[in-house]
Amino acid sequence: MKTIEEINEKIRRGEVCVVTATEMKEITSQLNPEEVVKEVDVVTTGTFGAMCSTGAFVNFGHSDPPIKFKKVWLNDVEAYAGLAAVDAFIGATKPSETRELYGGAHVIEELVAGKEVELRAIGFGTDCYPRKEIETSVSLEDVNQAEMVNPRNAYQRYRAATNSSDKLLRTYMGTLLPNFGNVTFAGTGEISPLNNDPEFRTIGIGTRIFLCGAKGYVIGEGTQHSPPFGTLMVKGSLREMKPEFLKACYFPGYAPSIYLGIGIPIPVLDEEIARALAVRDHEIKTTIIDFGVARRQRPVVREVSYAELKSGKVEINGEEVRVSPLSSYYMAEKVMRELKKMIERGEFLLSTPVERIKRTEVFKPMKQKEIKIVKDVMVKAVTIEEDSSIETAAKLMIEKNVNHLPVIDRENVLRGIVTSWDIAKAVMKKTSKVADIMTREVVTVYPEDPIAIAVSKLEKFDISALPVIDARRKVLGIVTSEALSKLLGR
Amino acid sequence: MLLLLRFDAKTVREPIISLTAIKTGALINILKADVGARKGELIVEVPEDKAKEVLEVLKKMGVDIQEITKSIARNDNCVHCGACVSICPTEVFYLNGENKVELRAEKCIHCGACVKVCPTMALYFPI
Ligand code: SF4
Ligand code: SF4
Repeated sequence: MKTIEEINEKIRRGEVCVVTATEMKEITSQLNPEEVVKEVDVVTTGTFGAMCSTGAFVNFGHSDPPIKFKKVWLNDVEAYAGLAAVDAFIGATKPSETRELYGGAHVIEELVAGKEVELRAIGFGTDCYPRKEIETSVSLEDVNQAEMVNPRNAYQRYRAATNSSDKLLRTYMGTLLPNFGNVTFAGTGEISPLNNDPEFRTIGIGTRIFLCGAKGYVIGEGTQHSPPFGTLMVKGSLREMKPEFLKACYFPGYAPSIYLGIGIPIPVLDEEIARALAVRDHEIKTTIIDFGVARRQRPVVREVSYAELKSGKVEINGEEVRVSPLSSYYMAEKVMRELKKMIERGEFLLSTPVERIKRTEVFKPMKQKEIKIVKDVMVKAVTIEEDSSIETAAKLMIEKNVNHLPVIDRENVLRGIVTSWDIAKAVMKKTSKVADIMTREVVTVYPEDPIAIAVSKLEKFDISALPVIDARRKVLGIVTSEALSKLLGR
Repeated sequence: MLLLLRFDAKTVREPIISLTAIKTGALINILKADVGARKGELIVEVPEDKAKEVLEVLKKMGVDIQEITKSIARNDNCVHCGACVSICPTEVFYLNGENKVELRAEKCIHCGACVKVCPTMALYFPI
């Protein structure tokens, strides 16, 4: 049993033994926990990934005459100004109003790199803050505080993504190729901070961390914290950060975001901690979920371990699928080594958390008015078989008073669709079979799709009905634009 | 040799690749196809020893031909995130022993898929 104070004493004397999490795996495979506690004092863990919930509070000082921001922009990216007169929060994923592929993340990156950014603001014009507008340029040297405060960073693990649909998807999990064309995942697995302290014994409120090269702090549990999908809220000064450990990026079709390097030292105080530090990728499990379904509850394709994901290939439905990491292990290693050096040089002391972070927490979904899905509005479809005659089709439409007939084969599998307009044309052409006049490329929906998806498909393809099918293309029903507009009151 | 073939409204309707293959006996590998009703673009791989013959036949049939020579390149924006790894059809990108993302640029077929995928805008075609 050691204490953090004893370890700090060793750091001051230059006698501390620090290893990176990668080196630690090697050590724990050879020594038992008791020996590990004797040999090793600190393990540096690390991650380097795109962390959307990132931003910075900046205080710009007072202008003359003074202004209270009503709205404020940095390089045309709006910052949140609902604070005191000249405080603002610049968020990483806020896009620029004028520049493509640029956002809050890039503003933060430029500030850290020592560059100037354009500040533009409009004011309320009050008695105490009369000024109504201002334009100037500022760098980190000119402002007062510039503190990165991130509501959610350092995800312990994350759900991997794939795409069953036939369209390419551009998401915050990168580009997902159609028909299970690839898998993407995030997080660094066995070297990631929270996987090495799953009980939150040493990572708590007040823990000193490495945040993009600066000495930062854990200030609480992160938003959506829900172990084993734990997260942290952290802070650190932009002024101390090193450009190398922070990189603005842009996920096409989604938003700007920012890559951050976070390192957390874990003191090896006792055997329990030593055992936790032995965690390996094959023990860290997550799921691959299907982004092809645009719902909150995206279907789980399969369970998977970080070892499989890191191998570069996973199997889905009997086929090998290539995997992209999205987090950078290379940079995470750099973070761990840099933090190790800082501790060895006596520049970085460990801190005792003042409060523990909760180990259980459920992540609640957004409270919403009940959302309607296609199943709620679809009606039974009047169908017809491919080899039926046009006459039969015409009769059926009149009898049942419908305008659309999904065309099926003997197994009830969708083959096409005919509309009353197709019938009218058929009479002119003197063809006789439904199969000759049906549209074969049918736009369809699934019963679990939200009705918003049905509405957007109707509008996009300018059609008035959608057959509802299951995964094997069997016809379950039909939704018409009429039924939808009644429901939506349009 | 990698070739970018452009077809116009006339040539796009003829079975040019099959004809060329029959005439020259070359095994032509189609790497990428983007063919519409009025024009089309193919990227094909042709064995070096048959390249001259194939080029002649294609030219005669009125196909616009461009050889692909410059491959994908990367600037130092790269953070080695690996987003490009699973996207490239010819596996140009891979993680080396140090978990650094490396390029086998000679395999690049100029499809452009990775350029848009890279979150740090690190990938480009040199001119
Ligand atoms: S996607 Fe871009 S940043 Fe990521 S490894 Fe590839 S080139 Fe580097
Ligand atoms: S352009 Fe990019 S994705 Fe396409 S082949 Fe070349 S390296 Fe691969």
